[in-house]
Amino acid sequence: MAMIEIRDVSKWYGTFQVLAECTSQVEKGEVVVICGPSGSGKSTLIKCVNGLEPFQKGEILVNGIGVGAPGTNLPKLRSNVGMVFQHFELFPHMKVIENLTVGQIKVLGRSRDEALRKAHALLERVGLKDFEQKNPGELSGGQQQRVAIGRALAMDPICMLFDEPTSALDPEMIGEVLAVMQDLAREGMTMMVVTHEMGFARNVAHRVIFMDEGRIVEDATTEDFFGTPRSDRAQLFLSRILRH
Amino acid sequence: MKYHWNWGIFFEQIKYGDETYLSWLISGLGWTVAVSLASWVIALLLGFAIGTVRTTPRTWLVRLGNAYVELFRNIPLLVQMFLWFFVVPEFLPRNLSLWVKQEMPAKEFVTATVCLGLFTSARIAEQVRAGIQSLPRGQRMAGLAMGLTLPQTYRYILLPMAFRIIIPPLTSEFMNVFKNSSVAFAIGVLELTFQARQMQEDSEQGIETYLAVTVLYFVCAFIANRMMAFIEKRSRVPGYIAAAK
Amino acid sequence: MLGQLDLSVLKPSLPFLWTGLKFSANLTLIAMSGGIAIGTLLAMARLGKSRPLTAVASAYVNLMRSIPLLMVILWFFLVIPLIIGKPIGAEYSALITFTAFEAAYYSEIMRAGIQSVAKGQVMAGYALGMTYWQTMALVVLPQAFRNMIPVLLTQTIILFQDTSLVYAIGAKDLLKAADIAGKNYNRPVEMYLFSAVIYFALCYTLSSIVKRLQIKLAVVR
Repeated sequence: MAMIEIRDVSKWYGTFQVLAECTSQVEKGEVVVICGPSGSGKSTLIKCVNGLEPFQKGEILVNGIGVGAPGTNLPKLRSNVGMVFQHFELFPHMKVIENLTVGQIKVLGRSRDEALRKAHALLERVGLKDFEQKNPGELSGGQQQRVAIGRALAMDPICMLFDEPTSALDPEMIGEVLAVMQDLAREGMTMMVVTHEMGFARNVAHRVIFMDEGRIVEDATTEDFFGTPRSDRAQLFLSRILRH
Repeated sequence: MKYHWNWGIFFEQIKYGDETYLSWLISGLGWTVAVSLASWVIALLLGFAIGTVRTTPRTWLVRLGNAYVELFRNIPLLVQMFLWFFVVPEFLPRNLSLWVKQEMPAKEFVTATVCLGLFTSARIAEQVRAGIQSLPRGQRMAGLAMGLTLPQTYRYILLPMAFRIIIPPLTSEFMNVFKNSSVAFAIGVLELTFQARQMQEDSEQGIETYLAVTVLYFVCAFIANRMMAFIEKRSRVPGYIAAAK
Repeated sequence: MLGQLDLSVLKPSLPFLWTGLKFSANLTLIAMSGGIAIGTLLAMARLGKSRPLTAVASAYVNLMRSIPLLMVILWFFLVIPLIIGKPIGAEYSALITFTAFEAAYYSEIMRAGIQSVAKGQVMAGYALGMTYWQTMALVVLPQAFRNMIPVLLTQTIILFQDTSLVYAIGAKDLLKAADIAGKNYNRPVEMYLFSAVIYFALCYTLSSIVKRLQIKLAVVR
């Protein structure tokens, strides 16, 4: 059974269709990159996976549980799925360490000590052990995003969703965040990553999905995608993005 | 301008009785503070609840919240005082109505407090709604993505931040409560404005009277302002510039 | 209960209420015009270079804003006759009070409005050879005023509601008229309710219009 199963998902804002019959899956331990021009629906699709965006047609299963199904306990499902946002979304009124413990304590019901232990280990891992008593606003963008990854990992997720994790960062900070993600992939984490970082896709991803105008236009292994992308639009996209 | 000044008037006895005018003013101040603080508590509780409800995805709750705010914002406070005092008791069940009219302890005080509390709550609800909606949409998503339920997301993420953002308007609202409590004179609460008018008529030393009362209101507003400034300082988040407005 | 309401008293009292409403409306309009004019001058004084003028203007605005309106009403009602040496009546006293009081609130709005006009606009005015007053009158104030129309109107709705406080000195506005009619017909419940309905209908309509105007202006910009 695939870790994430997306079947025939469609979504409309009023009469405007943002997702059209999207179908794909992510196996356990697989890293899948989703790319495409802005407005192609990739961010919307990834937010559908943990039910942050509702969709009107089709179904999404995470570890066998239907995201849109009526009886699903969404908070429980989300607590199993880590998510990293474009604008980090650290909680500004909490210290770094509290950002890593709040979910563990309030959602998973862990003891304070246990949560702190876990948080310390994760901060060390993302290279920010000295920053635990800082406020998020005092950190650089790259540091904030690494804390945000740590925050997601603190919940011991079975898979991770990344929604353009580096596109709000200054160029010199992108590397530090990608490095953390690369380590994570190497350890076998199941990951779905919306990104424009084609270097990351080429080196880390197993598969690449290309979206345009709400449709999955291309869904291929990394070698195939960068070797012989079949659609004109994917070729155009690649040529534009790789020229930079 | 002919005016007979008498700054000693505060220590003189009232015309019929053995109190001094000063004791009138002090008890007036007491009622002003009591009405203001009690309505402030009601206003905060209700205002936060209704303001929060207006940002939830439940359409009917949002409509209900909006209607509440519109109702209390579009009728003058003084008219609302009269409505609560003269009109509302008529619409209560018979026994309750009789009890309210004849036996309810501190009837004027309770009525004024409820009225001013609800009036202010509508204004706070508006601030709270604006505060929550000024937060980046991603904050709500980040809370939910972590597995927090919607109420938990409000409790731990959205409301604490919204509260910090709206401290400046809350400060002026808190000062407004003291000013607005003066309207309670009209239904017979013996607060500062009531005492001011009474002392002015009784002593015929209007300027001294009003000056003293004005200073007392001033002091109330000042203390309210300092209290909120203290809270603002305590809850400030370093490195975070509120996306205010 | 609702069934006991005697709505038949409303009709004969309508002319009386109409007179009250007219006074409330006049008071609002006059205080608005006077308040905005004086308020604009106060705002210019606060933003101007003259230190003493700035100090006086801020002191006035802050004083008015930290005292309950009711006390201001009582103050003017007491002091004006002492100064001019004869009684002037509650209605005139109310007109003066509200103009003076609202000027403080309008001045805060105009101050924000003036500050919302880009600095470059002032320089452009000077660059064309305009004087300070010309720059203000021809360049800054028209823009400031335009930007602030919705806020000025919202303040005017608040002003209209506040006019009910002239009750304290016995001026015959809408509320006082309802109060008197209620006593005459011995039907205070109906009259208070009716006046509330009128206030609500007027204020709600006006604020809906302001809201729509706000959206329209936001689109234009």
